[in-house]
Amino acid sequence: MRDNQGMEFEAVIGLEVHAQLATESKIFCACPAAFGAPPNENTCPVCTGMPGVLPVLNRRVVEFAVRTALATSCKVREKSVLARKNYFYPDLPKAYQISQYEMPLAVSGHIDIEVEGETRRIGITRIHLEEDAGKLVHAGAFAGAQTSLADLNRCSVPLMEIVSEPDMRTPEEGGAYLRRLRDILVYLEVCDGNMEEGSFRCDANVSVRPKGQKEFGIRAELKNMNSFRNVEKALEYEIRRQTEVTLDGGTIVQETRLWDADAGVTVSMRGKEEAHDYRYFPDPDLLPIHVDQAWVEELEKTIPELPGEKVARLVSRYGIPRYDAELLSSSRRLADFFEASVAAFGGNPKVTANECIQWKDVVAAGKLSPETIAHVVEDRETGKVSATASRKLVELAIETGKPVRQLRDEKGLTQVSNARALEAIVDKVIACNPKEVESYRGGKAGLLSFFVGQVMKETRGKANPRVVQEVLKAKLG
Amino acid sequence: MAITREEVLHVARLARLSMSPAEADKMREQLDNILAYIRQLDRLDTADVVPTSHAVEMGTPFRDDSVHPFEEKEEILKNAPDREGDFFRVPRIIED
Repeated sequence: MRDNQGMEFEAVIGLEVHAQLATESKIFCACPAAFGAPPNENTCPVCTGMPGVLPVLNRRVVEFAVRTALATSCKVREKSVLARKNYFYPDLPKAYQISQYEMPLAVSGHIDIEVEGETRRIGITRIHLEEDAGKLVHAGAFAGAQTSLADLNRCSVPLMEIVSEPDMRTPEEGGAYLRRLRDILVYLEVCDGNMEEGSFRCDANVSVRPKGQKEFGIRAELKNMNSFRNVEKALEYEIRRQTEVTLDGGTIVQETRLWDADAGVTVSMRGKEEAHDYRYFPDPDLLPIHVDQAWVEELEKTIPELPGEKVARLVSRYGIPRYDAELLSSSRRLADFFEASVAAFGGNPKVTANECIQWKDVVAAGKLSPETIAHVVEDRETGKVSATASRKLVELAIETGKPVRQLRDEKGLTQVSNARALEAIVDKVIACNPKEVESYRGGKAGLLSFFVGQVMKETRGKANPRVVQEVLKAKLG
Repeated sequence: MAITREEVLHVARLARLSMSPAEADKMREQLDNILAYIRQLDRLDTADVVPTSHAVEMGTPFRDDSVHPFEEKEEILKNAPDREGDFFRVPRIIED
């Protein structure tokens, strides 16, 4: 960003992601971690903080976090510590959140992202475990309401916090990092990655500084962004705001700001800062988490091919454009489907990729087989069906569950590519339209498409337009 | 002096404890004694000692990720000073 005196600013962005781990039960008790139960249905003495209870750590929570750490090149600590973060809030019955502070589970990793054709490495400071808090429902949303309603179902649902280094410089880089991180978690099947439902949440730290300056500016923390697009928009707004304040001779205040998606602005949360004195200390109820090398090695074997590796491999193995490879790799299932489709016939991977991308929602719903796509691509390449017919065939296959080739024959959707078979119809069209024939022969070459249209009409769309053109040109020429 | 009266009042406020001036003075004196006692540890050279988070070191006790719902929701709710249906009713937190 450049002001009228030619001074250039750059932004410094760090992101904190809270990902809900896709376990069956909560982090320290056997209550279901599922979403959407009636109020306080999924609670027990442990997660509501009754006196005398003892939390016990869910092994799968640690496995999921270690796998995430391995997938992001983090160093997994042999020993990490669960700590109490103390504060009072009605959604937190124990009056402390169990989290990790001085000794997180994993540190010092990175994720590579690609923005405008350039690869950037974004550092990951730490990954730690913690528990979620409950949910407050503001009953009778009128201004004068004196009470709120607490639902503690979410208390102690397992979360993993992933903190990046302040390595991003533009909102686009922030968005690319988040998408890649989300894809990794979904590939690992440790988090469902749903931002709207809150199982993948992001807070952003952002500051600006004159370009070339080494020291960071004073940062604001942005909250309340519930989509990738909103994160990018909030960052754009905040960078512009801080740049303007600085140019106007003002000073940036360290504060938390809420993104208001409707108004498209960030708004200061006044007066929340003084309470940040959490008095962390190791939780005496929970022993340190030990993750030995043997366990790490065992989990290492469960790491699938990750999105970045998959994109690179699809590009080099199938020669498809990077953009297509990115789209296909946005879901493991879709990428696998693509590869299975190519394998089923060995047809043009680019055409196959297009088909897979076009039908990606149906693929995601599991309603399409790779053979369907393979057969459709093969039939198009050999001229047996037209593009229009192939679309219709896939739709029919989804609807009826029948094989496309059977549908093709049943519905008579085979394309006529045989020139001899088309000659009679072409002759008829020429005979019926003497005026147009004259104009065409007189130089109006554009009329060719008129004749093609007539032939298509006569054949009810079954003729191969390319062959029709050839036959027409020969007959008219 | 290991702790000041202001620090005592600050910690009391964070813990939502109210205390009279006399109580604050008494608390400061007692905390001062406790901290002074613990400070004896400062005489040891701990440069090569790994920080201790727990007195007993042993393997991490884990539980398997299986669900066993707690069936007595009413037992949980009945401890609350106030409720509305199956919600806990709590003072409204003003955030603006």
